[in-house]
Amino acid sequence: MSTVQEVVTEAPAIEAVPKKAMTLGYGTSLAVLALLILVPLFVKNFIIFQLTMLLIYALAVMALNILTGGSGQFSLGQSAFYAVGAYTSAILMEHGNINYALTLPVSGIVCFGFGYLFGKPALRLSGVYLALATFALATAMPQLLKLGVFEPWTGGVQGLVVTKPDAPSFVSSIWSVFSGRAMSQDMWLYYFTLAVSIGIYVASVNLLRSRSGRAFMAIRDNEIAASAMGVDVALYKTLAFGVSAGITGVAGALGAIAVQFVAPDSYTITLAISLFLGMVVGGVGWLPGSIVGSAFIIFVPNIAEGISKGLSGAVFGILLFVVIFLVPHGARQVAVIAQQLIGKLRKS
Amino acid sequence: MLSRQKLRIAAFSTAVIAFAATSGGALAQKKYDTGATDTEIKLGNIMPYSGPASAYGVIGKIEDAYFKMINEQGGINGRKINFISYDDSYSPPKAVEQARKLVESDEVLLLFGPLGTPSNSAIQKYANSKKVPQLFVATGATKFGDYKDFPWTMGWQPPYQSEGRIYAKYLLKEKPDAKVAIMYQNDDFGKDLLKGLKDGLGDKAASMIVAEESYEVSEPTIDSHIVKLKSSGADVYFSMTTPKFSAQSIKKVAEIGWKPMYFQSNVGASVGSVLQPAGFENAQGILSAAYAKDGADSQWDNDEGMKKFYAFLAKYAPEANKADGSVVFGYGQAQTMVQVLKQAGDDLTRENVMKQAASLKDFTPDTLLPGVKINTSATDFYPVEQLQMMRFKDQKWELFGPVISGDVGG
Amino acid sequence: MELFTNQVLAGIATGAIYACMALAVVMIYQAIDHLNFAQGEMAMFSTFIAWQLMQWGVPYWGAFLLTLAFSFAGGIAIERLLFKPLAKAPILTNVAGFIALYAIINSFAGLIWDFTIKQFPTPFGSSPFLGSQLISTHQAGMIGVTMILLVLLFFFFRFTRIGLAMRAAAAMPESARLVGINTSWMIALGWGMAAAIGSIAGMMIAPVVFLEPNMMLGVLIYGFAAAVLGGLTSPFGAVVGGFLVGIFENLAGTYIPGIGNELKLPIALALIIVVLVVKPAGLFGRPIVKRV
Repeated sequence: MSTVQEVVTEAPAIEAVPKKAMTLGYGTSLAVLALLILVPLFVKNFIIFQLTMLLIYALAVMALNILTGGSGQFSLGQSAFYAVGAYTSAILMEHGNINYALTLPVSGIVCFGFGYLFGKPALRLSGVYLALATFALATAMPQLLKLGVFEPWTGGVQGLVVTKPDAPSFVSSIWSVFSGRAMSQDMWLYYFTLAVSIGIYVASVNLLRSRSGRAFMAIRDNEIAASAMGVDVALYKTLAFGVSAGITGVAGALGAIAVQFVAPDSYTITLAISLFLGMVVGGVGWLPGSIVGSAFIIFVPNIAEGISKGLSGAVFGILLFVVIFLVPHGARQVAVIAQQLIGKLRKS
Repeated sequence: MLSRQKLRIAAFSTAVIAFAATSGGALAQKKYDTGATDTEIKLGNIMPYSGPASAYGVIGKIEDAYFKMINEQGGINGRKINFISYDDSYSPPKAVEQARKLVESDEVLLLFGPLGTPSNSAIQKYANSKKVPQLFVATGATKFGDYKDFPWTMGWQPPYQSEGRIYAKYLLKEKPDAKVAIMYQNDDFGKDLLKGLKDGLGDKAASMIVAEESYEVSEPTIDSHIVKLKSSGADVYFSMTTPKFSAQSIKKVAEIGWKPMYFQSNVGASVGSVLQPAGFENAQGILSAAYAKDGADSQWDNDEGMKKFYAFLAKYAPEANKADGSVVFGYGQAQTMVQVLKQAGDDLTRENVMKQAASLKDFTPDTLLPGVKINTSATDFYPVEQLQMMRFKDQKWELFGPVISGDVGG
Repeated sequence: MELFTNQVLAGIATGAIYACMALAVVMIYQAIDHLNFAQGEMAMFSTFIAWQLMQWGVPYWGAFLLTLAFSFAGGIAIERLLFKPLAKAPILTNVAGFIALYAIINSFAGLIWDFTIKQFPTPFGSSPFLGSQLISTHQAGMIGVTMILLVLLFFFFRFTRIGLAMRAAAAMPESARLVGINTSWMIALGWGMAAAIGSIAGMMIAPVVFLEPNMMLGVLIYGFAAAVLGGLTSPFGAVVGGFLVGIFENLAGTYIPGIGNELKLPIALALIIVVLVVKPAGLFGRPIVKRV
């Protein structure tokens, strides 16, 4: 082939998002938080379960957002990290009889290591090549989980059933003083998940505001300029992979506890694609959008199926097109528009 | 005084009448759990209408059509069936969400025919802790007949393991010195069937089986596996595959000029949707086992049961493809459900429904092979357990030998 | 040794499938500068159109040409209707659009033609090729068709005005516009051509894997892998990549003890990643130098 090298000025794949714009203001944050705390008090257990899943997927979407929106690396392999987190937790709980809450940090650390190691070779890849590498990871994961050698721990194709935790007795007794009934497992798990999610969210926001966060974003906006400024590009890129994988792992562990079951079929490429869609719909680089994206991937398929069973896939696709036509930048765009409207109203 | 006495008598007699009414009514008293009323029975169902297993979504559509027919004929003991079916895209977490929605939000009486081993495994614990029947699950995994640990879960089709055992029995009798090559799908279906075969061969399994290959459903073709199996020098070949791969296998085996004694798993033995696309000329002499009639096999054209089935399709599901094994499956399953609800009468509690499901006696849905009967008991949670061996000739399956029960130990 | 030759030959036979699809992947990459996840589904839908035409009595080559025309027009229509409005949206939003398109096409195909497998005819017959039972005349024919396509594409991109313009429009839209290229229509044309090549791939693949709505699911993964391995800018590389993936995969499945058979796809993908780490633009792709 020709030896002429093509010289291209590549438009950055991810738009620059100023770091302040990655989060919400205090007022809005408190309002959302109040809503998340209060709603479960008034709804059925089934809805509480859905809300728990909403938080869990939001965590996973946010993790991808830190990777893509924060450091500009693209991943279609998040389902693999989610699976490792879920299995780590399930195996520790069922074979090791370890308390569910203690399995979360273990899952997080295991996945951080896994992500960090995966980030090493991925350093040399970008754009579609990185997409393919992560995609490969996602397709390989269910097959690895099924592998005969691991079967004594993973349960092979049959998966593992996980026991759902009860609310700790002191929480339960305080609760029954106020409400007069025992706290359901679903409700406890919801608040447990909420606490973990808020912790991780606050930590992530601080991470992105810190020196490391600035390094991530410098890499995202222009890798060469960043390295010229003295940012250790390789370190921060792999670190971003590790952090993202770690958070996804915690989300996976929570997911395993909430669903009470892990199996290879739960963590296919479809999950990775869903998480990706969640990020796009929520707005790439805008962390609070993760919960909107998560709501999209949980509820829109239900709506689609309500419209037509035979064509539920098509209806989902059409709804997705409608969303990206109206707001190509996702929920972030809605938030910006809302902010401008409020600003105008205040002035007038 | 008189008036008072009259009053007392009147009061007494009303009491008597009232007592009579209650005691007499006790015999015909209607008992309901959530999901059943005087006019309606709510059934919940979960199907992969979208996603990788969407081929099976048709089962849900056929069941829906079947219940529509029952409702038009007046329902079951005067009650209409309200069939609520949701999509889980073959994803276990989604199946849990949908099962909870059905039980807690739609308040169904029971879960009927959820599809797939992973999805059913995911909801089994939930259904049993809530004491909601998980009836006639659409998978042949052996674990769904465990009446001791999961008294609210029951299978329907013959467990894959018993199918494997039946092939083993036949092979040991016909060709005890066989060299066996096996191709299986790397999931619960393939592995269960393989286990059944190995258990059935017993001590001889190790010496008889000379090659095993597994494939993933994501592989575009399994041709290269077959080339490898042929080179093992085997003279018996097992294709434990699902329709698309069954057809590929039949075609490839013929193409490379391999002529082993060929066993095809029941799932991939449909005349219309496997053997015809693979080419009838390639399928001659293939062995399999069946429990249901084949919707595209002309030998059943004048069969009473199948006539009803075809009439149903013509009226209620004209777009359905009768060659599709899933269509026959959905019909048989729905018919069994209706039978259970009929038996339950006016006592539509979850406990009684489960009890009736576990006391089916010689029930024969229209679509099962002659001689295959559904029998269940408190210690037998495998409704269909019998299969018959068959051999493909010209354009039909020829059944031979007795109807065999492939007993899976507990 | 016989096992080795057999596996290599079988790998070439399967590799032909991947090579064919990889060409379509390269085509769209040349036109729009990223991968289209819906490409496999578009090819599947085209193949169903061909099948339907034949059911209605149209002879093979007639159906073949009609399908090509339909696919070309369909590809352009999809670009104009769905992706032109997204031209200014971020790339990741476009990727979400591909996924949406995937879901829509798959779902409609399932509703129209249901999920039972269909036999798709081959114009080349399926007897053993040159006495080897491992490669059938159909597979040999498929390799021939792939080669013809390859040559046509090579000349198109290298020597025709429109081919050069298309590459320019994809690689440097700004500069291309400055020299008077209608970049918007170049992209549409690229979609049309990619859809047409995809339909040929679909019609070649269907006789082997059988036609059904999910038939391209696995093929597309391998097609991507092959194209990336060979180099996304090189049609020649894509074809070589396709055969290499097919052979890789079979040898991994045969010679890596224990896990080889169960993990042949992951092993093949891992190998590709290793190649990419060493040669980031693929085996035959031109390295892209970024201007800072």
